[in-house]
Amino acid sequence: MATTAEGFDVHGDHAHDAHDHADHKPGFFARWFMSTNHKDIGTMYLIFAIIAGIVGGAISGIMRVELAEPGIQYLQWWAQFMGGANDINTALHMWNVFITAHGLIMVFFMVMPAMIGGFGNWFVPLMIGAPDMAFPRMNNVSFWLTVAGFFSLLFSLFVPGGSGPGAGTGWTVYAPLSTSGSVGPAVDFAIFSLHLSGAGSILGATNFITTIFNMRAPGMTLHKMPLFVWSVLVTAFLLLLALPVLAAAITMLLTDRNFGTTFFDPAGGGDPVLYQHLFWFFGHPEVYIMILPGFGMISQIVATFSRKPVFGYLGMAYAMVAIGVVGFIVWAHHMYTVGLDVNTKMYFTAATMVIAVPTGVKIFSWIATMWGGSLQFKSPMVWALGFIFLFTVGGVTGVVLANGGIDDNLHDTYYVVAHFHYVLSMGAVFSMFAGFYYWFPKMSGRMHSEFLSHLHFWTFFIGVNVIFFPQHFLGMQGMPRRYPDYTEAYTFWHQISTYGYYIMAGSMLFFFVNILYALFAGKKAEANPWGEGATTLEWTLPSPPPYHQFETLPVITDSMDYHDHRPASA
Amino acid sequence: MASTAPVTHDADTARRNLRVGMMAFAGALFMLGLGYAAVPLYEMFCRVTGFGGTTQVASETDAARAAAMASGQQISIRFDASTASDMPWTFRPSAPTDTITIGQRDIATYVARNNSSQAITGTATFNVEPEQAGKYFNKIQCFCFTEQTLAPGQEVVMPVLYYVDPAMLEDENMKGVEQITLSYTFHRTSGPESAAPAGTN
Repeated sequence: MATTAEGFDVHGDHAHDAHDHADHKPGFFARWFMSTNHKDIGTMYLIFAIIAGIVGGAISGIMRVELAEPGIQYLQWWAQFMGGANDINTALHMWNVFITAHGLIMVFFMVMPAMIGGFGNWFVPLMIGAPDMAFPRMNNVSFWLTVAGFFSLLFSLFVPGGSGPGAGTGWTVYAPLSTSGSVGPAVDFAIFSLHLSGAGSILGATNFITTIFNMRAPGMTLHKMPLFVWSVLVTAFLLLLALPVLAAAITMLLTDRNFGTTFFDPAGGGDPVLYQHLFWFFGHPEVYIMILPGFGMISQIVATFSRKPVFGYLGMAYAMVAIGVVGFIVWAHHMYTVGLDVNTKMYFTAATMVIAVPTGVKIFSWIATMWGGSLQFKSPMVWALGFIFLFTVGGVTGVVLANGGIDDNLHDTYYVVAHFHYVLSMGAVFSMFAGFYYWFPKMSGRMHSEFLSHLHFWTFFIGVNVIFFPQHFLGMQGMPRRYPDYTEAYTFWHQISTYGYYIMAGSMLFFFVNILYALFAGKKAEANPWGEGATTLEWTLPSPPPYHQFETLPVITDSMDYHDHRPASA
Repeated sequence: MASTAPVTHDADTARRNLRVGMMAFAGALFMLGLGYAAVPLYEMFCRVTGFGGTTQVASETDAARAAAMASGQQISIRFDASTASDMPWTFRPSAPTDTITIGQRDIATYVARNNSSQAITGTATFNVEPEQAGKYFNKIQCFCFTEQTLAPGQEVVMPVLYYVDPAMLEDENMKGVEQITLSYTFHRTSGPESAAPAGTN
C-alpha cells in the first residue's frame, strides 16, 4: 500500500500544471445538459432542489393560509384556478391534491435531491479523494430522471384525478383511494413520477456504492472515511433495498388501475393492507434516507467548529449502519390502526424504540465532540446546533408515537404532523442549511454573509417552531391531519401556526438575498475558510475546486483519520 | 469532445467498478422481485396464521376433534353483511347475533336477493373481528367458497357451517373476547362465465 501511495505522490510536483488543464470546461450545453462532472451535477441537483423546495413550500403556504381559520376560504378559488369545477367537492379534492403534491415534492424532489444528489455528488468524491463518480454518465441519467419525475408530477396537476384535477391520494398513495377511488390519469402520472425519480435514485445509489467501495484514494480505508461519506454509503444501501419494493408496490397499483389486476382489491382476492405493508417497508427506510446524510453533515460541521475530531468516530459510523438495518424491521409502526394484534404491536413498539439507542449514540457523541472544544459559532455551526436540538425534540415525540397503545389515539392527528415535521422540516432542513452554509464557499468560491446567515437562522428557527410546536397541542386535542376545515375550538393554535409560516417564509428571503450577495459581492473564499478544524480533503483544494480534481490522487497517511484521538505527531 | 468525456479510469478500475455496480444493481432487482413475491407470501401467511382476521377452512374430522374438546363455554357471534357499491343485491344475515357453544358446530344463514333485472354472479369476501380470532374461526362449509348466481328478483338463503376452536380459550390474545363478528362483503364478478376463485382474504 505504501509503495502505491508513494508512486502516486511522485506526480505531486506537477499538480499545478494539471490544474490548468483541469479547468478547461466544455461549452454551455455540453456542460450542463450532457454533464458527466460530479460537481456540475451536484450543482444542478442543488438548484433543482431549491426550485422544488420553493414550489413545495409555496403549496404549504396555501395550506397554512387556508387553515388559518375554520371553514373553506380559498380552496374553491384554487380549484377553479387549476381548471376544476366551482363546487365544494372539487375544492376538497384540491386540498388532497395540495397535501399530496407538498409531500411528494418535499420528499422526492427537495430533500433527496439536495442531500444525496447535491451534497452527496459534490462531496463524496472530494472527501474520498476520487477524481469523479464511478459512472459519470449514469450520474447524468439519474439527475434527468429526477427532473422528468418532477415534471410528471407537475403534469398530473392538470389532468383529471377523481373529483377534480390532480392526484389527491396523499404521498402514501394508499389503495383503494388510489385505485378505484381516483378515476382519471392524474394518479397514473403521479405514480409514474415516483417510478422515474425512484429509478434515478436507484442508479444514483449504485453509483455511490461503487464510488465509495472502489475509488477511495490510496490509504483511505473504510474506517478512515469522513462520516459524511459513511452516511451516504448507508443511505445508498437503504435506497437500493427500499426503493425497488416501492417500485413493485406502485407498479401493482398501476396494473390494478389500468389492467384489471386485483393485487389490492378484495373483490379479486387482494388486500389493501398489503399495499400499506409494502409502502411502509419502503417508507420507513425512506425517512432514514432523508435524515442520514444530514447526520453525516452535522458530524463534519460539529467537528470542524469545535476544532476537534468527532467523538466516537467508529460508534458514529456504526450507529448509522445500525439505524439503517433496524430501520427495515419497524415499518408496521405506521400501521398500528389497521388491526394488528397485541403481540405484533408489542414487537413493532419495542423494535421502534430500539432505534432510539443508536440515535442517542449520535446525539450524545455530537455533544461530546463539542465538550471541551474550542467552539466557533459560525453560520454552519448554529444551524447544526439548531438541528441537534430540534431533531431531539422530534425524536422524543417519535418515542411517544412508537407506542402502539398511544398511537391508537394519536394516529393521523396533528401530533404526527408535528412529529415528522420536527425531524424532517427541521431536522433534515436544518442539516441541509448547515451543509449549505458549510460548503457554499467551497462550491462557489465566494463567502456568504455571516450576518445574513445568522439572521436567517434565528428567524427560521422561530418561524418553524411557531408553525409546528402548536400542532402538538392540536393533535393531542384530536385535530385530524389532511383536513382543510375544523371546529372553532382549534382556531387559536391554527392561527398561531399560520403566523409561524409567515415568519418562516420571510426568513427565506434572507437566504436568497444571502446567496445573491455572496455571488455578486461576496469575498473570495480561501481553500479552507473554516480554519484548522476543517480537516477533510475538500478543504485541501482551492475554492471552487478545479473542474477535474485529484488527477494525481492524494495519499492518506496513518496520521490522517477522523478518529477522536489527536495525531501524536502533527 | 475530449473535454466533455468523463474522467477515464484505467481498465482495471473500470472493470472493478462495473462488477460492484452490477452487484448493487442485482441487489435492487432482487428487492424488486421480493416486492412481488410479497403478494403470494402475504396471502399464504394470512391463510396459515389467521393474520388480519383470515378465517380457517376445516374438514369434518377437524370439526369432530374440536367438538370432543368442547367444554360447554359459550361465545356470542355477530353476523355482518355488506355489498360492494356496484352490486345490486340486498344481503343480510337472518339473525344479527347468535350464542354458540365453543367447539360445537353451528349453522348461520344469510339472505341474498337480486334486485336487478338480470342474472348476476357474485363472490363473497370475508373476515372476522377481532382479528386475532381469525385462526380460531373455522368454516366447514360456506357459500363464500364458491360463486353464487342469482336470477333477476331471486332470493336465496345461504348457509355457513362453522365452529369456534376451543384452543382459543388457551390463547392470551383472546382473553376478554366475548363476541366475534363474522363479516361478508359480496362483490360482483365480471360475468357468469368467469371462473375467478373466491376471495381468499
